[in-house]
This record gives sequence, structure tokens and C-alpha cells, in this order.
Amino acid sequence: MARSDKLYSVAAIFDKPDGIIHAAEKVKDAGYKQFDVNTSYPIHGMDNAMGLSSSKVGYVTLAAGLFGGTFILLFMWWTLAESYPLFIGGKPFFSLPAFFPITFETSILFGAVATFIALITVFFKLPYNNHPLHDTNYMKRVSVDKYGIYILAEDEKFDKDEIIELFKSLGASSIELIYLPKEEKYGMLQPKFMLFLLVVIVGISGATYFTLNKLMYMTPFNWMEYQDKSNPQESSLFFADKRSMRTPVEGTVARGFIPYPYKGIAYPKEVLSNPTLPSKEILKLGKEKYLTFCSPCHGDYGEGTSRLNGQFPTGPTQHSDKVRNYKDGMLYHIITNGQNSMPAYDKQISRKERWAIVDYIRVLQRAKNAKKSDLVEIKKESSTNGQ
Amino acid sequence: MANNDSGYIKKELPKSVGKLGAILFLIGAVTGLIGFFIDPGRAAYSYLTSFLFLISISVGSLLLVAIEYAANAVWSTPFRRISEFLAASLPLLLILIIPLLLSVQSLFSWSHSAEVAKDPMLQAKSVYLNTPFFSVRVYVILILWGLFYYLIIKYSRKQDETGDQLLTKKNVKLSVIFIPIFAITVTLLSIDWIMSLETRWFSTMFGVYLFAGITCSALAALTYIAVKLKEKGYLHPKITKDHFYSLGTLMFVFISFWGYIAFSQYMLIWYGNLPEETFWFMQRWAGGWKIVSIFIIFGHFIVPFAVLLSHESKTSFKKLKFISIWILAMHFIDLYWLVMPGMNANGLEYSFSWMDISFLVATIGLIIYMFNRMFEKHNLLPVKDPKLQRGLDFHL
Repeated sequence: MARSDKLYSVAAIFDKPDGIIHAAEKVKDAGYKQFDVNTSYPIHGMDNAMGLSSSKVGYVTLAAGLFGGTFILLFMWWTLAESYPLFIGGKPFFSLPAFFPITFETSILFGAVATFIALITVFFKLPYNNHPLHDTNYMKRVSVDKYGIYILAEDEKFDKDEIIELFKSLGASSIELIYLPKEEKYGMLQPKFMLFLLVVIVGISGATYFTLNKLMYMTPFNWMEYQDKSNPQESSLFFADKRSMRTPVEGTVARGFIPYPYKGIAYPKEVLSNPTLPSKEILKLGKEKYLTFCSPCHGDYGEGTSRLNGQFPTGPTQHSDKVRNYKDGMLYHIITNGQNSMPAYDKQISRKERWAIVDYIRVLQRAKNAKKSDLVEIKKESSTNGQ
Repeated sequence: MANNDSGYIKKELPKSVGKLGAILFLIGAVTGLIGFFIDPGRAAYSYLTSFLFLISISVGSLLLVAIEYAANAVWSTPFRRISEFLAASLPLLLILIIPLLLSVQSLFSWSHSAEVAKDPMLQAKSVYLNTPFFSVRVYVILILWGLFYYLIIKYSRKQDETGDQLLTKKNVKLSVIFIPIFAITVTLLSIDWIMSLETRWFSTMFGVYLFAGITCSALAALTYIAVKLKEKGYLHPKITKDHFYSLGTLMFVFISFWGYIAFSQYMLIWYGNLPEETFWFMQRWAGGWKIVSIFIIFGHFIVPFAVLLSHESKTSFKKLKFISIWILAMHFIDLYWLVMPGMNANGLEYSFSWMDISFLVATIGLIIYMFNRMFEKHNLLPVKDPKLQRGLDFHL
């Protein structure tokens, strides 16, 4: 490292740990504040000798740990209890005992990582590539088997000759004057740095690709693929009929299944009565489902104007007298059972949704045949709502 | 040997300490004895709780001594004698166990042959849980502890006179043998004397749970006495805040360990949700026990953890004294919480009794009395221990 002639510090080397503790005490007592000690291993009692106050890094750890714990607890609450509630082992959605280990580990993780980052950036002021102590004889020796102390030139009491005398009187084995390095400018676009960056990027992405696409399919990492179980549609030697998927016992119904009594009858004599009340919610649901399932053939307003450009038979209008005179239950029957070329929709659309569609069709029919008196009602509503 | 090269000057404790111990012990013992005459069944449970508390402090202190030898620890050497004095009740346990062995019938349902005949589970367990084997087991455990106490303490004291460094080596060997023996015996003790109160219950972590509590309480007792002695000027002047900081750190570690073990035991049982395991916690969640359970979570873990977390509190004598008394009290409540709900398993209805207090008073009195007796006879510092000087020079 090229050096300027500006003095950075006066450094002294001691041979024994007792010597360095003694020296640190004396330097502190002499009133110097800007000094530091370098040893190749921690020396007990050094903090006291140097008069250091206790480190503040603990607060960083505490804050980061508390943050990590709170964060992950809220995260688990959000994912497992709020956003997508999942039953796990019959426990409550927000079951604190199960969340404790993760909270604990995340607190530790955040605390440790934050401590590390705070240490190297805030406390050690890294990255600092051209520290004046780098590449000095002093640093070479204290990082092997010697004990060093240096006083910075920026100290208020700094006086070169006085310090050299002080170190000599304390029994330093050698004294070194350390000068600041010459200022050098390093641009980001240096070829070496760019090459390094390229190697890092290619290396990391290559390793990731290799791990996810190759390594995971090699033995023994692929052992989880082979399990003693049947996948859907696979044949199975365990059962006599060699089918892994079993037919349910006769008469099995799905949970919550309600049988429809007029299934398969084209024109039933009796129909169900509408169990829903046309509330805003129901109509919103009905509109949504109508636009999804019905409107392609029957048109957005039920006028029988298909969007399918004749590729499929056009559904009849909902505004004919025939349809208007249908009971709610008959419309429901047609959706559930199908009619002519219209298929049954009971598999796609739930019971509640079918009744909601019926309610919505009634709304469309009413809108097409609105009376003058309705307009007054609408005006009333819009004047109270809109202004 | 009043004066020697370590600069240690032997000072007598005030006479009132020994008197206090003796009076407390007598009051507790007499009232406890009356209790045994009035209601032997209830008294057995109170006695068991206090007996376990005495075991915790005495064998826990012996463990601390053994750990110090085995780990070749230096900083704790000036404190070692305090733990040795606290362990002095260990040989007495051989006598103090007798009332418990006499009341096995009122403590444990597996000791009733009629109960065993009814219950296949108890029959299956009767190979291990039967009164003769049970009594032999507890005596083997107590004799082993007494033996190691006798040998380790003998060598430690002999060194004060001869200064023979090989005695330390002998004690290191003894300690290395004692520690695994301690692990096994404490596990057996916890299974026999606490877990089998509710015979159907089982938890493989239970021994570790008791061990964590024992170590917490022994460390708390050591810390409290060390701080007290330091304040009154009995300790060597070279024992500084750095030594007490280390004691505080060790207490902090074992409080965290206790919390970890207690939670792990609870979580596995909670998660498994099997009736033959959960009933034990359900019993401690019913009625007033719920408050005790919640209090233990806060008192045995959260409060000491929060108090001991900062550097400042680990060097503050006031806070160390407060938290070590707190931990001792919490350990007793923890033992109480472990033992007392077991009365229900035996068909007895739990209710608080004055006997609980009287046996505790007797235990505290006995510990103080024994400590004082040892203090009168022996040096507070292991004056010729080869590690002593380094221990006194200890700095963080």
C-alpha cells in the first residue's frame, strides 16, 4: 500500500498479555481517548483496562429478536388463521403452542443475523478495504503472537514524541509510526470487479439450476418419489380388481348432499318453492352466476341473444309470457335437470346459487317490463343515495 | 489457619444465624409432627413436597460442585464451599426419608393391592412399582449421593490442610463418575416420587424437567448466600462483580433451560392429544390450579428471564438477591404444583393445609442450621485449591 506522509497513529507492540493490559491502563490514565488494542485472542479484563463501556450491540439483538418473533407470530396468524384457515390435527386455527417453536427460532434468526450485520456495518464500519492498519508490520505481528496498542493522531492530546516516550517507558518491544495510505479511487466498472460479479451470478444461478433440476432427481435425493402408496388412476396389485381407486359403498352420498325429488322428469307436475329471499347479497350472487353460466346462450339480459355466433343453439328468451308465468320452482327445475339441448347444471352450480340465479332472472324480467311507478321509486332511491 | 497466603481471613457468622436455623427447624418439625398425628395422609403430601425441596438444594449443590471439578472451572472455585455447605443435608436424607417410606400407602395408589387387582395397567407396572423394590431403589439413590458427597467433600477439605494437588485430580475423577450417576438417579427419583403419584401418567422428559428445576434452585441458593456474604464482608475482596455476573448468567441459562424443557414437555403432550397423557395437565388446569399453572409460566420463566436479561441486573446485588429468592420460591411452588394434584388420583380432595408451611419452614431451618454448622467448622474458601488464585483473578 502506498503511504502518504500524513500520520495516522503511533503503534506499539508488547510481548506479554500482562504488558498489554498494563499499557492499556496507563494509556487510559494518561487521558488518551482515541486508542485501540489489537490482540490475536480475547484477553479477560481488557474491557476494564481500556475503560470501555458495555457494548450497545445487545440492544440491536433484542430489538431484532422481538421484531422477528412478533413478525412471524403475526405472519402465522395471518396465513393459518386469517387468510387461509386450515385444520391441522384438530387444533384451533390460531394455536399458540404449535407456533412457539417457530416464533422462538425466528426470534433467534432475526437476532443473530441483525447482530452480525450491525457488527460488521455499524460497529466495525465495514466494508473498509483500505484501513490504514492493513498491510503494516504491526498488524502482521499482532495477528500472530504479539499484543499491540495504537493511539490515533486525531486524539486531542496527541503528541508523537510524548507517546513514543510513553510506550518506551511501558516496555514496548517495538514502536511503529503508521501513515495514512494515499487516496486511491476505485470505480465500480473495473473489469476485475465486473468479472467477479459475473462469476458470482453465473455460479449462483448455475448451482440453483443444478440443484433444482438435476440434483433433486438423483439418488438418494429422489427417494421420496418412491412410496408405498397408490396414486390416482394407478393400478394396484393389492386389490383383486387391480384398481387403486375404490368405488364407494352403494348408497354413499357426499356430505351435505340434498337429493332433488324431480330429477329426470321433463315436465314435473309439482315443483319446489323458492327458499330464498331476493336480498342484495343473493341477487349479487345470482348475477355473478348468471353471467358465468347462463349468459353465453341466453344473453346478458336474458333476451336470447347468444354470444356464440351460431356455433351452438341459441337459448330462448326469458321474457316470453311462457317463461314469465313459470313458477320459481320450474326455473330451478330446468337449471337442475336441463331441458331440450340445455344440459343439467346441478354439478356445476350449487343449490343456493341456482336459486340465486332464479331470483336474478326474475329481476331481469321485471326490469324489461318496468312500470312508470317504478321510475319514481328509482328516483327516490338515487336521490337519497347519490347526493 | 486464620491467615495464609491467599489472604483469606476466617470470620464467624453471627450467633443469630445458627439460632434462627434451629428455631425455624424446631417450629416446623414440631408442628409437622402434630400434623402427622392429626392427618397422616395429608401430612405425607406436605412432607414429600418439602423433602423434594430439600433434595433439590442439597443434591443440586453437590452437582454444582461436581460440575466445577469436572469442567475444571476456575471462576467458581471461590464459591465452591458455599455449595459444599448447602449440600451438607445429603447424609440426613437417609433418616428423613423414613416418614415417607412409612406413608407409601397414603401417597401412592399402586401400593394398594386392591387397586392393583382392579387395574391391568397397574398390574403391568407392578414389576417396577412395588413397595420393596421402591424402598430399595430410594435407599440406593440416597446412599450413592451420600457416598459421593462424603468422598468429594472429604478430599476438598483435606486439601485445605495438606495442599495436595492430587486431591483435585481425585475429585475430578469422582465428579466425572458422579454426573452420569446423578442423571440416572434424578430421573429415577422423579419417576418414583412424583410421576408415580398419578400412576397412569408418563412423560419421558420428566426427569430432565426436575433436573432443570433442581439446578435452578441450587444456583439460586448459592447466589443468594454468596451475595449476602459479600455484602457483609465475608467473601474475599478479590471476588468482584465479574464473579457475580457469571453466577447470574448461569442462573439465566438454567431458567431458559427450564422454560425450554417445560414447554417441550407440554407441547408434545398437547400436540399428541392422547387422553392417557393429557389428563395430567387437565388436572392442573382445573379450578384454582389454573391460576397456579399460569403463575408458574410467568414466575418460573418469564419474570426471571426478563429480570436476568440485562448486564446491569446480573451485577446488581439487589436484583440478584431478589431474583434468587424469587426462583427458590418458584421452585417450591413448582414442586407443590407437581405433587399436590396427585392427591386426586388417590381419592383425596386437595385443600390447602397449614402443614405445607410448617414442613417448608422446617426445611429452610434445617438448611440454615446445617450451613451454619459447616461454616463454623470449615473454611469458606478452599484455601489451598490449585485453581483458587486463578479464580480470584478472574475477569470477564
